[in-house]
Amino acid sequence: MRIVVTILAVAALASVPLWLRDPYLLNALITTGIFVIGAMSLNLLLGFTGQLSLGHIAFFGIGAYVSALTSLGFDAGLPGGFRLVHTPWPPVVGFVLAILAAGLCGYFVGLLSFRVRGAYFVIVTISFAEVVRLVALNWVELTQGPLALTNIPSIALPLPGFGELTLRTKMHNYYLVLVVALIAYLLIARLVRSHFGRAMRGLMENETLAVSVGIDVTRTLTIAAVISAAIAGAAGSLYAHYIRIIDPEVFAFINTVTMVIMVISGGKGSLAGPVVGGLIFGLLPVALRPVMAPEAQWIAYGGVLIAILFVLPRGIVPSLAQRFARRRGTTALAPVALTETGAKEPA
Amino acid sequence: MSEFLQHLVNMLVLGGTYALLGIGLTLIFGIMNVVNFTHGILYTFGAYIMFIVVQQFGLNFFLALPVAVLAGWLLGAAIELTLLRPLRGSDIDTTMLVMIGAWIAMQSGTLWIWGGVAKSVTTPFPEAPLVLGPVSVSWLRLFVLAAAAMLILVTYLLINKTSLGRAMRATFQDHDTASLMGVNVDMIYTSTFAIGSSLAAAAGALLGPVYVIFPQMGDLAAVKAFAIVILGGLGNITGAVIGGFILALAEELGAGYVSSGYRDAMGFVIIIAVLIFKPTGLFARAERVG
Repeated sequence: MRIVVTILAVAALASVPLWLRDPYLLNALITTGIFVIGAMSLNLLLGFTGQLSLGHIAFFGIGAYVSALTSLGFDAGLPGGFRLVHTPWPPVVGFVLAILAAGLCGYFVGLLSFRVRGAYFVIVTISFAEVVRLVALNWVELTQGPLALTNIPSIALPLPGFGELTLRTKMHNYYLVLVVALIAYLLIARLVRSHFGRAMRGLMENETLAVSVGIDVTRTLTIAAVISAAIAGAAGSLYAHYIRIIDPEVFAFINTVTMVIMVISGGKGSLAGPVVGGLIFGLLPVALRPVMAPEAQWIAYGGVLIAILFVLPRGIVPSLAQRFARRRGTTALAPVALTETGAKEPA
Repeated sequence: MSEFLQHLVNMLVLGGTYALLGIGLTLIFGIMNVVNFTHGILYTFGAYIMFIVVQQFGLNFFLALPVAVLAGWLLGAAIELTLLRPLRGSDIDTTMLVMIGAWIAMQSGTLWIWGGVAKSVTTPFPEAPLVLGPVSVSWLRLFVLAAAAMLILVTYLLINKTSLGRAMRATFQDHDTASLMGVNVDMIYTSTFAIGSSLAAAAGALLGPVYVIFPQMGDLAAVKAFAIVILGGLGNITGAVIGGFILALAEELGAGYVSSGYRDAMGFVIIIAVLIFKPTGLFARAERVG
């Protein structure tokens, strides 16, 4: 049943560029898809380990900058008279390096989560993102600061025997984003259903109990943070090569909030949640654009976030799944319900 | 050396308002266990009240400050009653996200009403600064320091010498026991949020005329307030005051001797460093965090 729904959903998404000719809507779908990948990576941390990273955009932005700089090349001075010189490499290499660099940053943030939890972890991650933003803004020699990195090349896929396919059109990029999103989805699905995934959920639901049965807290949280950050870095790289211009505003806190809204509204701890929430909130500005000023849209955004937390605190997908299960007469809750915050220790 | 003295003077002025911000947030965070993301918007709100009262209504500059404090108090109480009271008992993540939603909505509202162009407030103080040997400081900044110091003192007395303050401290230590002893915990929560918000509004009303007023001015202020709270330790008012001055000193020295572009990075660096090395804050007794 679930597999059929998934295959139908993927087929529906894959058919979109065949009948949708409006470049504005296609563009909105591509950027939404990129943010959905980011939201899925955030969900891995928030929904399956219970750690709210409000600096998640840092990994996304680091991925974007690493990928852009790898494919553009740079020549920056270092303290002590050294120079950091790099000649351009193909964007595909940049994509891989973006994943590695973001994953490495995720490792350090994950290590921090051993020291601090809850609200403090949130504040550390926000601070991390802001420090990275200020470096991107002030290290002008490397990042061009507010002048932005421009003319970032599109990703070119090497096809053995046929040369290269440069992904320049919207349709190309749409399928690229769709494939990466699918890989990220399957990777996360595989991960949360594995032994490791059970360890993560065990930690979230009752840390003391999880530790007592031999789950290594630091190791589990660090691995989750690395994978989550690496996926966000991949999304950032896609963003850089699609938009082809990157400035420090990519690190804006509001971008993290957008991802958080996508996860919370769709349902944290549910695999399909960030996809559903992401599509709704990614396309909502498109739907609201003709009727509302941009500022009013943001007011609505904040209002909708509050409304969802009041009315559907568990998110759209888990609530629907539960209702569906009830209607079929089964008393058992849908599997996703198990991952909800059922057994939190009192603060 | 004279440059260093000048930095110290600037630190005093900045530190006073930072302390106000920090006290407000540490009260809310400590007593209510709410990560208050609307703190920055209350700061912005206070600054806009200053702008409205002085520039649009043409009223007295000194009258605007109490108006801003009162308006901040009312807005804080309204936020607490409508958004936080119904969610009492839900986890800290939920209230934090609700506060983020409120922050986005209110900041966009500010942008919608007054536009993104920065506003400035004319003050009754003379342009020429007060020169004391090697250092100079404007009269406006001296007034800001004096007003901040007075508000800090009032808050300190309120917390430590009144029955409301005693009830607040009791709720901070153990809200169940406080409730059993007849403390109206709901009322304490609303008062705490309102007082904290009015202090943030006061900080904005004081610093608004020093710099310029724009809708996003509260974002950095909020993060700085978090830095101060973490430095000083949760719910620790004296810690928040000292933390405010430490952050101001770090910013002044960072801007003066490292690079002015990294002035605002100091708060974040302090947050990360403190949480790595001494997560309970610099002045707290041993206590588990998180």
